[in-house]
Formats: sequence, structure tokens, C-alpha cells
Amino acid sequence: MSEIPLLSLLTFLPLIGAGMILVLARGSDADVARNSRWGALWTSGATFLVSLPLWFKFDITTANFQFVEKIEWMPQFGISYHMGVDGISLLFVLLTTLLTPLCILASWEAIKDRVKEYMISFLILETFMIGMFCALDLFVFYIFFEAVLIPMFIIIGVWGGPRRVYAAFKLFLYTLLGSVLMLVAMLAMYFDAGTSNMVELMSHNFPVSLQPWLWLAFFASFAVKVPMWPVHTWLPDAHVEAPTAGSVILAGVLLKFGGYGFLRFSLPMFPDASVMFASLIFTLSIIAVIYTSLVALAQTDMKKLIAYSSVAHMGFVTAGTFTLNIHGIEGAIYQMLSHGIVSAALFLIVGVVYDRIHSREISDYGGLVKRMPAYSLVFMLFMLASVGLPGTGGFVGEVLVLVGLFQVNTWVAAFAATGVILGAAYMLYLYRRIIFGQLTKEGLMKIKDLSAREWAIFAPLIVLTLWMGIYPSSFLDFMHVSVENLIKQVETALVVSGQAVLAGR
Amino acid sequence: MPMAQVPSLIPAAPELFMAVMIMAMLMFGVFQKSASAGDEVRTARYVSHLSVAVLALTVLIAVAFSGGRVLVFNELFVTDDFAVFTKVLVLLASAVTILMAQSFLERHKMARFEYPILIAFASLGMMMMISANNLMSLYLGLELQSLSLYVIASFQRDDSRSTEAGLKYFVLGALASGMLLYGSSLIYGFTGTTDFAAITAAVAGDGTHGPGLGVIFGIVFILAGLAFKVSAVPFHMWTPDVYEGAPTPVTAFFAIAPKIAALALFMRVMVGPFGGLLAEWQQIVIFISMASMLLGAFAALNQTNIKRLMAYSSIGHVGYALIGIAAGSKAGIQGVLIYLTIYLAMNLGTFACILCMRRGDQMVEQISDLAGLGKTHKMLALALTIFMFSMAGIPPLAGFIGKLYIFMPAIDAGLYSLAVVGVLASVVSAVYYLRIIKIMYFDDVADSLDRPVEKTIGWVLTLSGLFVVIMTFYPGPILDSAKLAAAALFAG
Repeated sequence: MSEIPLLSLLTFLPLIGAGMILVLARGSDADVARNSRWGALWTSGATFLVSLPLWFKFDITTANFQFVEKIEWMPQFGISYHMGVDGISLLFVLLTTLLTPLCILASWEAIKDRVKEYMISFLILETFMIGMFCALDLFVFYIFFEAVLIPMFIIIGVWGGPRRVYAAFKLFLYTLLGSVLMLVAMLAMYFDAGTSNMVELMSHNFPVSLQPWLWLAFFASFAVKVPMWPVHTWLPDAHVEAPTAGSVILAGVLLKFGGYGFLRFSLPMFPDASVMFASLIFTLSIIAVIYTSLVALAQTDMKKLIAYSSVAHMGFVTAGTFTLNIHGIEGAIYQMLSHGIVSAALFLIVGVVYDRIHSREISDYGGLVKRMPAYSLVFMLFMLASVGLPGTGGFVGEVLVLVGLFQVNTWVAAFAATGVILGAAYMLYLYRRIIFGQLTKEGLMKIKDLSAREWAIFAPLIVLTLWMGIYPSSFLDFMHVSVENLIKQVETALVVSGQAVLAGR
Repeated sequence: MPMAQVPSLIPAAPELFMAVMIMAMLMFGVFQKSASAGDEVRTARYVSHLSVAVLALTVLIAVAFSGGRVLVFNELFVTDDFAVFTKVLVLLASAVTILMAQSFLERHKMARFEYPILIAFASLGMMMMISANNLMSLYLGLELQSLSLYVIASFQRDDSRSTEAGLKYFVLGALASGMLLYGSSLIYGFTGTTDFAAITAAVAGDGTHGPGLGVIFGIVFILAGLAFKVSAVPFHMWTPDVYEGAPTPVTAFFAIAPKIAALALFMRVMVGPFGGLLAEWQQIVIFISMASMLLGAFAALNQTNIKRLMAYSSIGHVGYALIGIAAGSKAGIQGVLIYLTIYLAMNLGTFACILCMRRGDQMVEQISDLAGLGKTHKMLALALTIFMFSMAGIPPLAGFIGKLYIFMPAIDAGLYSLAVVGVLASVVSAVYYLRIIKIMYFDDVADSLDRPVEKTIGWVLTLSGLFVVIMTFYPGPILDSAKLAAAALFAG
């Protein structure tokens, strides 16, 4: 364990950067914009560098929380500022620190209006996201979890598309509605267990009669975040209206809040309720996978199509999480990570042509391969990764989830597998319409291929996708012990409460 | 006469000091008055600064003589940590609202020295209410406060809306006072006393049978009177009209100091003499709390006038504060006190922003007048955004901490449905708070508001904004003193 409070440093570094931009970026409009851009890039880059020791110093042989910090915050109530990471949260922290600088690069030229405020919002958002994944106290978690709404509301509302107000309100209110119910449940947990320490709560046995209520309250919050069918409708709106970087961070990190929440709260703290409601989750997940895939097939807007594909992919995540076996859960985490990279990349890919043509309609494109070969190549790679081609990150997650599902219920696995086929259908169809065909559209005749800045954005994502597909162990090793520990916790709790262990290993 | 019979005046020092100083200021104002209009404005400015100084000194005196529970004047008057805590809040609110009002009054040719003096008198009444230990001293304090407030509401004499507000407030307020007085007389009739401690003993009885029907009726009437004073549903009707009609600095004052004082009185009465009858009045408080939260949330949705919106918002906030009282526990009272502290900061800041809403020296009050504020007045818009998110209870701002400590005791007391209604109402109310942010940032610039922002208002904005942002990170001192205050209330 290091002496420096690494996680706090990591969490609040972006906030300090935001404060410095707020105070220091002055002068003419052009100066302010330039200084804010560079300031934000340096800050988020530094945050990424500071996060690297997590990867190297993390001890993969223990399921305990590492880099733990604990400072009394509201001692009267036994609430403390408590941070720490384990194998489940570590990789999400790294995903966040990686994607934020890329988002800032992606906004380099796309954002021309109120650049300073934009960069400040993004850095504040990064602080809240990292804090959420590191928090080990119920209330600290809640504060970060909900605080994310403020910058996200502003990013979509100020820099978004024509229907941005509607989308921003929908995002805010859907999420708020879910999370306030979670707050009530958290208070109930706090009084039942007498602590807000999440580590202690995981080993606390909540009364079986109370568990379903708590589980449902948390479900209300996480299902909206994931998002699960039928509360997914805010997502396509938010994605379509958000600026490119907003979509990237939304798909890349914010959607993971729900999945992470299920793993951190629902499974270890309410195991009986989780077993009880597993079939509900499976049903909703399968509907999400099949229904949203079909909806995606019919979309005419590129961002909307990718947004629906996100819902389908997150369906795999929720189904995998509730298999309660090691394949399913690791597959779910892996799927979240690879989806974080692949869908982020896909939104960036849409952003590339949107910056040039200012249209997201699929019918406005066609034959791009003639003018943009490099772009077509990158697009193809991520399109295939999204489909789940072996050798890319998407494949590993999907296979693990299917293996896990197969052990629980063959039918669920079979239905989920059709999602893979449908996924291939809508992605290939999208690719064909945009990249192939004749280059007949007037506006596309002079379109330019990827610039150096865009290459710089895509390069790390390409490397990671291939790495995750070819050598998944370097990522799975991090989570292995923690996931096993999680399953053990669930099983012990089930034994205590006398429920039959549902899932074999 | 032996010395022992002279009552010790030290516990009442803040009130006595204030009463004497107010009368001195009144004399000063009367004898300064002279021929020209310029002199009048200057006198008003002097008195206004003096009264702020007096209020500040009273805070110091109140804090300096705090500690322990002391009864004086034949147990009519009590001072304890609870009284000190709420008095400090009230005095701060009054002082800051006097400061913010000065330039408004001068611009609208209303700068008369009676204004700060009336506010000081109202504050004196509030302090008496807070320290009441007898139904009679309670009523005296309440009336001193109310009568001053009626006058202040119609301070803009030549404006029909302001006089209408004053009249409306007076008629309905008198009705509420009447109900409260009727309730008190019922209590006196059925228990034979007006002293709080004696009432506690009387209603406790011998424990074999519950309190008499007469006492219950008395409590209901007292509750109705109190609910009017805190503007809780179903006695809220006057609030939007009075808030809209009164001059803006007066609205700012109304929204903060009298609310805090009335809620303090609410706690003093319900926890003190009637604390043992929690089971009898809890359901009433739960009902008015739920109704206030829901009405505050839904009725505000369609408002276009920002002062009316703030009226409904304050009704909603009172509903939240009442949750803590309904819990009836120490933690509940502590939660209310924390909530009131945060409410004070958020409302001072918001009203400071509203006072900046003028164009060509005319006040504008439509929410749509804020359009594009994010471009024209960056810092003002940022401050108002912070206050709006905080009012909606979004972490990490202080408003969330307030809600947290209100819901905590409610869950502990098993009031799940109240808590769920509360959080759902907070989602609905988030809509109109967000709408203000939306208008400031997402809409195109309308005519720009006047600039620059006055220095006094700038300071109020900065300090309250910083409080709202930083409170979450360092809540210790407020939590601790609120805990002491809550414990003191139960000690009686």
C-alpha cells in the first residue's frame, strides 16, 4: 500500500484542474479557449498517469480492498470518507481515466462555444466518476453517484443538439427518480446494520423480509442507469443530443454505474433477493437484447443505432451478473469493459464524420471507403468488435456470459445468443450503408480522412480492443480473486438464510 | 426588598439589549428627520447600518451568554442551546436582509428609517417566540412579530399589490392567531395552566387513560395556528400572494426569518409541553408535511413569476422540515435545525440573485427574464445554478445534506411512506429548479439585466454560495451544535 493517498489524489486532481482553469484562463476569447483545452488535456493526462500505479501496484492475490483511505467525516453518525478499490472497481477507474483525455481530444475542434465551461464540466464529471468507483461508504457513494447528474445535465443541455433540453431533462429526471428511492433504501440499511461502511455491509445479513424491498429500491436506480428495458428510453435521446464526447463518456463510463452497482450492492448485500429476482432480471435482459436489437435494425440515425446497441449489450451484462457463477460475472465485467471501449470508439467514429458533414442520418452517407480508407478500416475493426468477433474484446465477454448463462438456464442462453446474431445484422447493415456503395453524395466528394489528432484518439482504443481480445488474462487476473470472493459471500449468505444454492460452479 | 427577589436579567440580555437599542434608534430616526428628501434617505441609511450592527451585537450577546437551561420571569421565558441556535439563525437572516434591502429601497423611494426598525421589532418578537415557556409569552412574541410583519408587507404604500399583500396577510394572520389563541384557551381550560412544564405534567396524567378530548382539540387548534405561521398546507393560501405582492427584499425576509422562527416555535411547543402526546399529533404533522411537499412540488411547476415560485418552493421546504418534527426524536429535531441552517443560506443566496433581476432600474420578476444569464452574467448565473441544484437536493451541495438528515430520522422512526413521498416530491420539484437553470444556460439571451451587481449583494452571493458548496465537505461544526441544541430542547 502506498503512502500517498493515491485514490483521493486521483479523484480530486481533475477538480483542482477545473478550479485552475476557472481562475487562470483569462484574456481574449481565443486565449481562454486555447488555455482551457490544454489545461483540461494536461489535467486529464496527468490523472491518467497517476492512475497507472494502480495497475502496477495492485495485488491480484487478495480480494481485500486496496489503497484504502479512511477519514472521519461525520463522526456523530459514524459516516466516514472511505475509499478503496478491489478487482471489480479497479479496471473501471482505469477505464475512466483513459477515456476522459480522449474525450477532451475529441472535443478539441467540435466545441467552439463556451470552451472554458465545457472543459470545467468535463473535469468535474471525471472527479465524480472516479469517486463513485472508489467510494466505500454508502453516503460517499451516493454523493458521487448522483452528483454526476449535474455536469452531465449541463454538458447535454448546453452543447447538445436541437432537442437537447428534452434529452437533458429526461436523463436527469429518470436517473434522479431511481436514485432517490435508493437513498431511502440506503438509510434503511444504515439503521438495520448500524453502519454505512460498505465493507461491513457486505458481510451483514439483512433480514430476508427486508431484502426484496431494498433490492427493488436499488434496482430502480441501477436499472435506469444500465439501462434495462423498459426504462431505457432516456438513453437514445441523451445519446443523440449529447455532443460526441458526452456520448462517449455516457456509453463508456456512466452506463457501467448500474452494472457496477449490481455487483457492489445487490449481489453481496441482498443475496436472497438477488436469487429471488434473478428470473426477472433474465427476462428483462432477454427482452432488452432481442427487442432493442430489432429496434436498432430500423434506425436511420447512426447515434441512435449505436445507443440501442448499447442497451442490447448491457442486457448481456445484467444477465451475466445474475448467473451468480464465475463465468457469468467475469463475463459481465469483461463485457462492460470492452463495451466501454468499443461503444466509446463507435461514438467517436460517428463524431468524426459528424464534425465534417454535420449529419447523423445514415442516408446522407455512402461510399466513404473511396475517400476515407483509414477511417473505414478503423470503423470496421470496432464494428466487428461490437459484433463480438473472436480476437476482439467483445468476443470474450459475450462468450463468458453465454457460458455462465448456459449453466443456469439453457433457454436463457439460447435467447441471449440470438442477440449476437441480430447484433451482427444491424452492425453490418450500418457499415454497408455508410462505407460501401457508390460515392454519389455531393457533400462527401471532398471529405477528408482521419487527421493526426483523430489517429491519436483511436490508437489507444485499437490497441486495447485487440489486447482484450487476444490476451484477456491480463485483465481477468485482476478481477478473478475478487469475483470468487463475491460468489463465496453470496453463497455463505444463502446458506445462513437457508436458501438452496441456485447456481453451481 | 431582598436582592434575591430581583429577577436575574442576564438570560434575557439579548432581548433586553435589542429592545432598548430599537427604541433608541427610533428616537434617533424621529429627531433626525428634517426638511429635504436627501436627509430622509441619509437617516434611513444610518438607521439601517445601526440596526445591522445591533443585530450583530445581539448575536454576540446571545452566544456569549449561552450555555445551560435557564428560566426567568416566573418561568415565562427560557433560554437554552436550542434558543441560542435558532436565534442566531433568525438574527443572521434579518441582518442580511436589511443589508440587501437598502439600495432597493433607495431606488424605489421607499428608504425610510422605519423599515429596519420594523424588521428589528419583528426579530425581537421572533426571539421571544423562540424563548417562550408559557402559552402567554408565546402569544406575546408571536403577535409582536406578526404585527411588524403586516406593516412591512405593505411598506410600499403607493403600490396596490403591496397594500393588498399586507391586508391579506393581516386578515388571514389574525384568523390564525385567533385559532392559536382559542387552542391555548382550550388547553388552559382542560389542564388549568399555561405553563409548559405544568402542561407536560397535566397531559401525562396518571398514565391510566389518555389525554382528554378537550386537550386534543386544543392541540389541533394550536397546530392549525402554527401551520399557518409556517405556511404549511392546508394553511398556505396567503403565501404566494403575499410573496408576490410584497416588495422583493420584504419577500426575502418573509421567506427566511419568520419561517425559521415559526418552525422553532413549532418544535418548542410540540416537543415541549405536548412531547408526551406524540402519538396524538404525529399523524397531523405527517399529513401537513406530505401535503406541503406535494403541493410545493406540483403547484410550482407552472409558475412564471419567480417570487411566486419561491413561495411554493418555501412551502415545499417547510414540508421537508416538518418530516423531522413528525419523527419526534432528538435526531429529528437535529435534522430540522440542520435543514433550517442550510435553508437560510440557500434562500439568502437565491433572493440576492432575485434582487439583481432589474432592467433599467425596474425590477423584473418573470422567470423568462433570466434567459441567457449564463452568457451575460456568468458569476451570477453560476451562483443561482448552485442554489437551484442545492434546493433540488442534488449532492454534493448542502441541500442534499439537509435532506439526508431529515430523511434519516424519518426512516429510523419507521415513517417509510413519508420518506418515500418526500423523495418523490423532490424529484418533481427538481423539474422547476432545473427549468431555471435551463432558462439561464440553454435559452438565448433576452435583454441583459442591469450590471454591475451591487457590492453588498455580491458578498452575500459569494458567502452563501461558498457555504452551500463547502458545507458537505466540512459539516462537523453545524452537526455538532445542532445536536446540542436538539438535546437542549428535550431536556426541558
